[in-house]
Amino acid sequence: MTSTTPKGKSGWPIRLIAVILLATASDALLSYQVSQWAYGWLPVPASTAAPYVDDLFSLEVGIGAFIFFGCTGFILWSVLFNRAEKYDESDGLPIEGNNKLEVTWTVIPFIIVMILAYQAIHVSETLSALGPKVKYDVEGGLSPDTAIVTGVRDDIGPIDVIARQWSWEFIYPNGVHSSELHLPLDQRANFRMSSEDVIHGFFVPAFRLKQDIVPGSVISYSITPTREGRYRLRDSQFSGAYFSQNQTDVVVESEDMFNAWLKQSAANPLVPGLSPGTALYNERLAKGNKGWATVPPAPPPMVNDPGNPDAPHDA
Amino acid sequence: MTTTKYDPRVLKAPHPVPGAPDNWKRFFTFNTDAKVIGIQYMGLSLFFLLVGGLLAMVMRGELITPPSDLVDPTVYNGLYTMHGTVMLFLFLFPILNGFNNLLIPTMIGAPDMAFPKVNAAAFWLVPVFSVVLLSSFFVPGGPASAGWWSYPPVSIQNPLGHFLNGEFLWILAVALSGISSILGALNFVTTIIRMRAPGMGFFRMPVFVWTAWAAQTLQLVGLPALTGGAIMLLFDLSFGTSFFRPEGGGDPVLYQHFFWFYSHPAVYVMVLPVFGIFSELITVYSRKPLFGYKFVAIASFIITFLGLIVWVHHMFYSGTPQWMRNIFIVTTMLIAVPTGVKVFAWLGTLWGGKIRLTTPMLFVLGGVVNFILGGVTGIMLGTAPIDIHVGNTYFVVAHFHYIIFNTIGFGIFAGIYHWFPKFTGRMYYEGLGKIHFVLTFIGATLNWLPMHWAGLYGMPRRVASYDPEFAIWNVIASIGAFMLGVASIPFILNIVSSWARGAKASANPWNAIGLEWLLPSPPPAENFEDDVPTVISEPYGYGLGKPLVKDEEYYIRRSMEA
Ligand code: HEM
Ligand SMILES: [Cu+2]
Repeated sequence: MTSTTPKGKSGWPIRLIAVILLATASDALLSYQVSQWAYGWLPVPASTAAPYVDDLFSLEVGIGAFIFFGCTGFILWSVLFNRAEKYDESDGLPIEGNNKLEVTWTVIPFIIVMILAYQAIHVSETLSALGPKVKYDVEGGLSPDTAIVTGVRDDIGPIDVIARQWSWEFIYPNGVHSSELHLPLDQRANFRMSSEDVIHGFFVPAFRLKQDIVPGSVISYSITPTREGRYRLRDSQFSGAYFSQNQTDVVVESEDMFNAWLKQSAANPLVPGLSPGTALYNERLAKGNKGWATVPPAPPPMVNDPGNPDAPHDA
Repeated sequence: MTTTKYDPRVLKAPHPVPGAPDNWKRFFTFNTDAKVIGIQYMGLSLFFLLVGGLLAMVMRGELITPPSDLVDPTVYNGLYTMHGTVMLFLFLFPILNGFNNLLIPTMIGAPDMAFPKVNAAAFWLVPVFSVVLLSSFFVPGGPASAGWWSYPPVSIQNPLGHFLNGEFLWILAVALSGISSILGALNFVTTIIRMRAPGMGFFRMPVFVWTAWAAQTLQLVGLPALTGGAIMLLFDLSFGTSFFRPEGGGDPVLYQHFFWFYSHPAVYVMVLPVFGIFSELITVYSRKPLFGYKFVAIASFIITFLGLIVWVHHMFYSGTPQWMRNIFIVTTMLIAVPTGVKVFAWLGTLWGGKIRLTTPMLFVLGGVVNFILGGVTGIMLGTAPIDIHVGNTYFVVAHFHYIIFNTIGFGIFAGIYHWFPKFTGRMYYEGLGKIHFVLTFIGATLNWLPMHWAGLYGMPRRVASYDPEFAIWNVIASIGAFMLGVASIPFILNIVSSWARGAKASANPWNAIGLEWLLPSPPPAENFEDDVPTVISEPYGYGLGKPLVKDEEYYIRRSMEA
């Protein structure tokens, strides 16, 4: 009980305050730096929603890093400087509590998380204004078409998104069927999503968009792509044996290219679409159907454009 | 237990089961002594830690390269389902009940649990349902492979159409586990409320007892929802009902509400006792009273309450309406406040302490550091826009393993080392313990830290294969996982050899304060029997010079002479 005994009541513990200020400042600086790195931890932002999500993420990483470095720094400091000497069996300072401190460290985190909650709700509402989402009960008698047309703006759709075990099919208003999702740049795309068997998740990391497709409901969803490129669409809700194979690409292209694709595809004959699970399942059958039981894959959808799953993707 | 120098009154204590063997064989009997049951739980669950770990090794072997080449994808799905189930229902819950059995009666000075026979029955249900669960590896069709959350319709697809299938056995096992847990919870809560030593008011109970109480209360409130959901799922699977089956007009999302109404609180059932262990150990190894003891104790029940109203954060992208998301963002954020209170109290306790870096303390400090990281990512997941991007990706896997292994697992190891001398009467080997810690810390970090980036970048969880851009993170993770496998060797070696021939432990090798340390090591059956000390001060009186109980000298002398 020597070195850590606090100074008497006279005067401010100048050194302590200086150390705390210095530590806080370097923690803040470091955390700010980490919050900037955080943008690089995400795939390229490719939709109107992405910047909002990325900013919120950066903010949370910054605050989180500040807390993490602050607390672990404190622990390290204690472990380095408050170690008991080898044969020292005595006790530390018997400080049992300090109501002011307790209240402070209840109130400050409360304020921080409420700010975060406010910001999260704000972003969440912005996102749902950018890409409104409505879930219709198929049984409920509501027509999925009614609400979709109420959205203004230059937009395309509704594009039907049909998820199956284990393939994706996209049907355009002009009747084109495709295994790849083509979207024109900077136009709001409206989707009408449904599943024919189990729950699937529509997940395009570059769009920061994820939506479960629940069988028995139709979900209308919109997104506006903002960057040309080829992006992965992945199934995010576990859907059975070939779940991990259930991916395809989203191609974002200029309006002209998109229209050309739509026209070209309409002229193409229907062929079996992309269904990697089917190929694996056939391999399995050839080997004598070993492994644990599985439902057989749905037949590949018949499409005008089977897509090109091997093309390099941006994210 | 050969020398017979116990206090005669303690020696006279009737053995709970007359005629029960007094050697290792008693661990294989329907014994009603809480300390025997505690060790039964511990041994069995550590065995299942190895089983679950082996399943994980195969999974990480599969994931070390992008394509699905080691096992068939269907096998992978079965492996990860069983891994999750074994780890939760056969490792974590049982081992925490092991701690509850060993610590609650000894810490509050009760001779045993309130209902010893119910206690033994609750334990023996565990091996029963473990057999039910594991036998599913041998039914045609293989074990359940719809994940530990078992969402319909995938979970009710039953491709072979057999009545006896893996999913059926899985539901049965979960229901039996629920019965066992409810029996346990009733017992623990009753014991804590009714059987405390004279003078031990609620605010003189050790924090471990507070947290166990808060956690077991959650079991009582939450489990009926899970059990109800499981029974409905069983009917859909086996008898063709349509509670959750969309073709028949059922709602699969309804199941998710049943499931998460319990399974979110379940994470607090697991973490709260570990908060208790942290609080007990940080005081001993810093030699300071727990900073803000009452705040820490009460925060446990605030966590219990809030834990019950946040479950929808697991369903932000399941079609949840906007207003509902907003409410659950706020409640989820609030959880950070009482948990923060605990973390800050631990930091306050370290401040100016006389810290001793024994193996248990290393695991505690490592666990606290990891918990801060896991808590931070938890807050991120609670904000819907972020969750919509990273939910169901490896980011979630990283988050919950930071909590479930790097925090809860670390706390469990810390607790095992700390109380090992008390309940076995032998000291463990410090050197082996430290090797175990270092390997575990590095392995766990390599295993789960990189997954954050894989998830942020868009790698879905539950996949047997993935795009090559995720390879680097997965290679590191697999190396970390194998290192964790290696880390279990010094641990097993330590436990086995210390128990067989470690140095004899004194009654209070850590010079700790608490009723359990006033008992001989190992404690006799019935603990203090009818010579229960009267508690006269708050726990954790380090440096205060106040005795914990009346006639403390007498109890210390008696425990040492035994
Ligand atoms: C305290 C101990 C904690 C434990 C044991 C824990 C455990 C878990 C587990 C097991 C999951 C994954 C469930 C699954 O889908 O299989 C999970 C997800 C989640 N956790 Fe935690 N967690 C803890 C703390 C927190 C905290 C403090 C927060 C927020 C303040 C939080 C927020 C979340 C959220 C929002 C998810 C859902 C993510 C998603 O599925 O998209 N967790 N946690
Ligand atoms: Cu939760």
